Amino acid sequence: MTAKISITVSVNGENHTAEVEPRLLLADFLRENLDLTGTHVGCEHGICGACTVLMNGDSVRSCLTFAVQADGAKIETVESLGDIDALGPLQEAFRENHALQCGFCTPGMLMTATDMLRKYKLETDDDIRDGLSGNICRCTGYQNIVAAVRSAADKRDAK
Amino acid sequence: MKPAPFEYIRAFTIDEAVAALAASDGEAKVLAGGQSLVPMLNFRVVDAPIFVDINGIQGLDRIEETTDGGLRIGALTRHFALETSELVKDRFPVLHEAMKHVAHLAIRNRGTIGGSLSHADPAAELPTMAVLLNAKIVTAGAAGGREIAAADFFIAPLTTTLEPDEIVVAVELPGLSSGTGWGFEEFAQRRGDFAVAGVAAIVSIDGQSIDGQSMDGQSMDGQSVTEARIALMGLHDTPVRARAAEAALLDDGIDAAAAAARQDAEPMNDLHGSADYRRHLAEVLTRRALTAAMERAAR
Repeated sequence: MTAKISITVSVNGENHTAEVEPRLLLADFLRENLDLTGTHVGCEHGICGACTVLMNGDSVRSCLTFAVQADGAKIETVESLGDIDALGPLQEAFRENHALQCGFCTPGMLMTATDMLRKYKLETDDDIRDGLSGNICRCTGYQNIVAAVRSAADKRDAK
Repeated sequence: MKPAPFEYIRAFTIDEAVAALAASDGEAKVLAGGQSLVPMLNFRVVDAPIFVDINGIQGLDRIEETTDGGLRIGALTRHFALETSELVKDRFPVLHEAMKHVAHLAIRNRGTIGGSLSHADPAAELPTMAVLLNAKIVTAGAAGGREIAAADFFIAPLTTTLEPDEIVVAVELPGLSSGTGWGFEEFAQRRGDFAVAGVAAIVSIDGQSIDGQSMDGQSMDGQSVTEARIALMGLHDTPVRARAAEAALLDDGIDAAAAAARQDAEPMNDLHGSADYRRHLAEVLTRRALTAAMERAAR
């Protein structure tokens, strides 16, 4: 048994201190320790993108990041984007475009799209497809997800 | 699907990292971006009792100009920083292009150049770029630092000449002459996937060499190619230069070079493609990469 390490992580604006094993993945820390089950765990090896969160503003795979590496970092999860009574603009775009069916991939899609919308111009739908290529959806055929991100990008650019 | 227990050491300087590696008697491994390592830990394909996290080492993520027109890239430089660097775009457009094929945004936000080179996947873009661009890989280790030519660095799939107590600290790319033409062609099954095969090429024409020295030119299609480097990705057990193809380009032109690249390739069969299909890709992608490189080359 390896020694536990004390970490303090800001998650959605709130500081959490915990003693964790070094091998604890950030995804499991969020879900099991903090009960933030919006972050989904799919493939557990960085392929599916369902566990994507923001770390210090950058999208990262929380299944490829150890909780100890998030010590002192600012984490944002899907729960930070809005709630059922007050959806955020990107969530609203997903709702309007019916960009989800089962919803399992949606938290990762939303966090990836959040980072894409900050970092890239997304001039063409091809750029959006390229940006979403690391997130796997097995229901929608992606078309409505692309349309939702297009709508969010257009609203961003209209500001 | 969860890693086995391990001891976690944070290093804040290169010396601390090397000391921790040396103290472990070859048992410890380096954790950088973790984008290849952590999947292998989750699957328990890789296991080590100690991981030394180097993400906290300050100043290891700089992209600096060197006096020969090249760049010195710190080992912790993230793929996203390389992808968006104006210096890279200006001095090494072939690298800028290659970065567009590297994984996905969340992976590029974390993955590092030092990690990619140390991981040494023969189908990855950065090891191929290191070979194409005659990179020098600068290391620190218990026995002191080394500068290793990329051609000597990769020795087998996922295997480099790095010692267990040695880490990559920077990658130096020597400058290219201003007229160097370039081409980069990759075939992958989905965007961001590892390449089934890829070919990168740089050429200089009309008496200029790739590093800017004057050389004797040879005629071809009205332009004379003076020097060519062609690197193959996913077509060997390491990234390699296609030497026969390079010679064929100077002697007989693009079609001959493409045919020679098929001979230079020694690909594997795997579930993504047969060896024969990869040889076919070697020829097609070499033709495309060289055609683009010749069009871009200038005096």
